[in-house]
Amino acid sequence: MSEAVASSKHLIARHAGSALWLARYMERIENLARLLDVTKTFAGDAEAGRNWLSLLRINGDEAAFFEKHAAPEATSVAHFYLLDTDNPTSVLSSIRNAKDNARTLRALISTEMWLQINVFHARISELTAINIAPEELSDVCEMLKEGVQSHTGITEGTFYRDQCWHFYMLGRHLERADQITRLVDTKFNAMLSPAATDAAIDAGQWNELLRAAAGYHAYRREYPHGYVPREVAGFLLLHGGFPRSARLNLTQADWHLMQLRGRYNLRGCAPVLERLDHLQTMLNSQTVDDILSRGLSPFLDWVQSEVAGLHGDIMTNLCGG
Amino acid sequence: MRRDGVLTDYDPGSLFCEMLRPGEAPHHALSLLRERLRNLPVEALRRRAADAERDLLARGITFTVYSDATAIDRILPFDLIPRVITAEEWRTLETGVIQRVRALNLFLYDVYHDRKILADGVVPRELILGNAAYAQMMVGFDPPHGTYVHVCGTDIIRDDTGRFLVLEDNARTPSGVAYVVENRHMTARVLSDVMIGLRVRGVDEYGLRLHRAMAEIAPPGVSDPQVVVLSPGIFNSAYFEHVFLAREMGVPLVEGRDLIVLDGSVWMRTTAGLAPVHTIYRRLNDDFLDPDVFRPDSELGVRGLMQAWHSGRVSLANAIGTGVADDKAVYAYMPRIIRYYLGEDAILPNVDTRICAEPEGLAYTLAHLHELVVKPVAESGGYGLLIGPHATKAELEEFRGRLIADPANYISQPMIRLSVSPTLCDTGVQARHIDLRPFAVTGRDTWVLPGGLTRVALRPGSLVVNSSQGGGSKDTWVLA
Repeated sequence: MSEAVASSKHLIARHAGSALWLARYMERIENLARLLDVTKTFAGDAEAGRNWLSLLRINGDEAAFFEKHAAPEATSVAHFYLLDTDNPTSVLSSIRNAKDNARTLRALISTEMWLQINVFHARISELTAINIAPEELSDVCEMLKEGVQSHTGITEGTFYRDQCWHFYMLGRHLERADQITRLVDTKFNAMLSPAATDAAIDAGQWNELLRAAAGYHAYRREYPHGYVPREVAGFLLLHGGFPRSARLNLTQADWHLMQLRGRYNLRGCAPVLERLDHLQTMLNSQTVDDILSRGLSPFLDWVQSEVAGLHGDIMTNLCGG
Repeated sequence: MRRDGVLTDYDPGSLFCEMLRPGEAPHHALSLLRERLRNLPVEALRRRAADAERDLLARGITFTVYSDATAIDRILPFDLIPRVITAEEWRTLETGVIQRVRALNLFLYDVYHDRKILADGVVPRELILGNAAYAQMMVGFDPPHGTYVHVCGTDIIRDDTGRFLVLEDNARTPSGVAYVVENRHMTARVLSDVMIGLRVRGVDEYGLRLHRAMAEIAPPGVSDPQVVVLSPGIFNSAYFEHVFLAREMGVPLVEGRDLIVLDGSVWMRTTAGLAPVHTIYRRLNDDFLDPDVFRPDSELGVRGLMQAWHSGRVSLANAIGTGVADDKAVYAYMPRIIRYYLGEDAILPNVDTRICAEPEGLAYTLAHLHELVVKPVAESGGYGLLIGPHATKAELEEFRGRLIADPANYISQPMIRLSVSPTLCDTGVQARHIDLRPFAVTGRDTWVLPGGLTRVALRPGSLVVNSSQGGGSKDTWVLA
């Protein structure tokens, strides 16, 4: 990174918050599309119901889902996650929120970013029950992934890198750190439950997990010998080269906060950095075996609550509350 | 090829057509443009129009229409066939608008200070001092450079002889300038082959000029003033324009909740804490600016803003209380107001308006009632209006009674046959009535954006160009 003089322009605190949320909502859409797609692909077997259920668990949506639907299967879960506006975690809810935030930021983001979000929003809003039927689901997920990836690429290429960009990037990294811990927590709970035999945890399940996280090929390359649970967990959570690992994303969040503090003199960064420092220490100083031996789930719960705490601290100290 | 051309079946009849201009001396650029349009098949134009419409929607160049539960983004219908203004015409329009803005500002200064024009009986005292838009707090207040109307939109029409006439002054928060610039971007994209080489003057300077004016009016002693655009927020129907203004000026787009008044100054809440604000280009009406002074229920404004402004710590564009200058009744006096302050005749005349409060005006109006439009000055939105040529004998007699009972409440104007421009309609290219709103920006001096918003009444025969009533817009080409 060059050390050129940073822009002296002020950033409205509320706009910083919108930038952070914009990134989070867009990340959520891609994440959900990946999970739906993978779950659908691997749900063809006898464990279909359990797979759909685990998707609900990842997002902590079981209660909300069962209020409306009897059993988790492709049609009901797809509806719940794609079209249901009562569900705040649905893709439609996320794109609406993303668009509102983009609209708030419209004078700050690039025209191309706004245009793409606007069109993407229109496209998602047009989806009907027919479009998301099980046989169409993969296509829809593909469209959603591509939409977010276009957004990510356009952002990389056109978003002016001043304060606003740093806040946007904080949102992306916090969301990714949060999502990976949820994915690992849920899947490992299912796969490592006492009922699950080694035979039950077949290669297909590991495949599914790694593909959902966009880490399958990288993992194969790193660990060609096969699947070992501790290696998979270590890869997803701690690997410094995997774009969605908790460690990598927290390292990047740290860099953005340091920039905001150092180059833009934002004093509100101090308490956030303090919390992040502690969280990074806890992640970096432990091997995956340490974590597993002390209990994966409680640790991941703690990481999630710290990530939420970071978000809250940023909002309170930098984004006007 | 020629048979399908855009202008082949076009016939404006006896109306003044801005494109054909029968009887005018040949004009090279206009002839070239007409030639190109003749060679452009209507179907090709229709395809390009469809492209443009899709593009406007994708870009969110829209205004938002709210119904019970939904918000629909609508585009302002955009007609691709441009409206052309020659260099000579533009000189008249530009000097005329500048003259008018000068007179408006001098008039506002006077009515909020010495009230000479009232003492001299040029404008009735009661009309100004009893006006709902007259702001007591402005009395004795000196805005920087004596400028009250920083952004002015002057609604101008042409009659069937091609004469430019002012229909209305918009001195509060005139809107539409974003469309001027976006319409140009659109024609540059889809009609560049028609436009090339015609030497159409650019419109991209607006943000720069506006920012310069906003910096000029900042409180004295501030070297690098912080300008902001104050918007009611993302749900406002004109939000797109607010974004445009902030982006083109390169300044923050804020809402009332982003600002705070502390120690008599205005601050904005930033990631680094509070930062001072020096000029606010506000797109909120007077009533919503400060709950302490105006509507206590308004959450859109900033508490204490009026106090900060009145003590000169922050500047507002436009100033408070400009509505007293763009009132319908005051409009009738504008030619006299111009003469009073500038000693000049109005370069752009008003529509020939009779003031019924005056005996000659009343006598003329009564004698010509069947051919005039009579407007009550106290009403807005066309309420209580008489359109003489369309009224029955009984209606005319009934109105005559009302007019005699309260003449001071009325002005009268002739029916104007507005000029037309070829416009792409479902049935082909047809003549449709248009108007023009140039935008004048004033800090120390006045600058007029070359062009302006040309609105077009898309319904056949309609004279109403408002977007809420089936109006659209056209790109306005001022030739160099």
